[in-house]
Amino acid sequence: MLNKKKKAVEDFFAVLPHSISLGMKIDFIGDGEVGMSMPYDKKLIGDPKTEVIHGGAVFSLLDTCCGAAAMSHPDQKGPTATIDLRIDYMRPATPKQKIKAVATCYNLTKNVAFVRAVALDENEEKPVAMAAGAFVTGG
Amino acid sequence: MAITSPEPVAVIKKRRNKALSKLIKSIPYISFLGVEFDRRGDEITAILPFKKDLIGNPNLPALHGGSIAAFLEISAIIELSWMQIWRQIENPKQKADYLIDLEIISLPKTIDFSVDYLRSGLPRDSYARAKVNRVGRRYASVHVEAWQDNRDRLFAQGTGHFLMPQPN
Repeated sequence: MLNKKKKAVEDFFAVLPHSISLGMKIDFIGDGEVGMSMPYDKKLIGDPKTEVIHGGAVFSLLDTCCGAAAMSHPDQKGPTATIDLRIDYMRPATPKQKIKAVATCYNLTKNVAFVRAVALDENEEKPVAMAAGAFVTGG
Repeated sequence: MAITSPEPVAVIKKRRNKALSKLIKSIPYISFLGVEFDRRGDEITAILPFKKDLIGNPNLPALHGGSIAAFLEISAIIELSWMQIWRQIENPKQKADYLIDLEIISLPKTIDFSVDYLRSGLPRDSYARAKVNRVGRRYASVHVEAWQDNRDRLFAQGTGHFLMPQPN
């Protein structure tokens, strides 16, 4: 991957205020593939009975990661925006564990980038959530 | 038979507001995002007051897709729970203040949630209303619409499926 492109994706995603407030970090950037993680935090709890973080926080991580994957695709020029995103919550994320997401932009047309992603905690055998969405292409 | 006078409005309002506020305060993520709720009878409008932390792209600036999705999902869960709570607190056979004794409310769990981003979210307050299209003993289907300045110009909509809390 071109270093210039990688830098552009890194710079763009390092300054998003909402991602910063959730503590998101970029783990790696490849060609149309990006890894990100988000630490567990009590303020993100969605269910006080189980202390599991809110689905909305997982959605934010997956949305950000998917956007970064679309932008890191070799044929993608400039930033991107979400058209639609669907998340399946397969199991509750284990409290106190970091959440990791890996997103892949598996197809890019003139107008649309198709992306899917998976969210994992320390049990990497069973995904916490999976995402599929469409993003805007072109600068 | 003696005619019982209707419940004073202040008592009714106090009970409903107390129940709603108990539900909302139990979820830390709601205060993290700063979501507020406006109740008119049983109808609830969720409000997401603008703040810098909700921004995704700072160059535009526009709300982060994740904060919009979370706002919609919160609206759906609260509407769904509120429907259940309403049925209980407005039931004359039940103790009006039963919620005060209830330690923590059981919440529905999201199975899946799908969001359409129709327009970019401007740096201003957002509103959302959820409609429960179907609720059964186990599953529920909820649709949420969100707008900013104009009710007819939605900037996002979402549909989700939820697993209802099971009685022990």
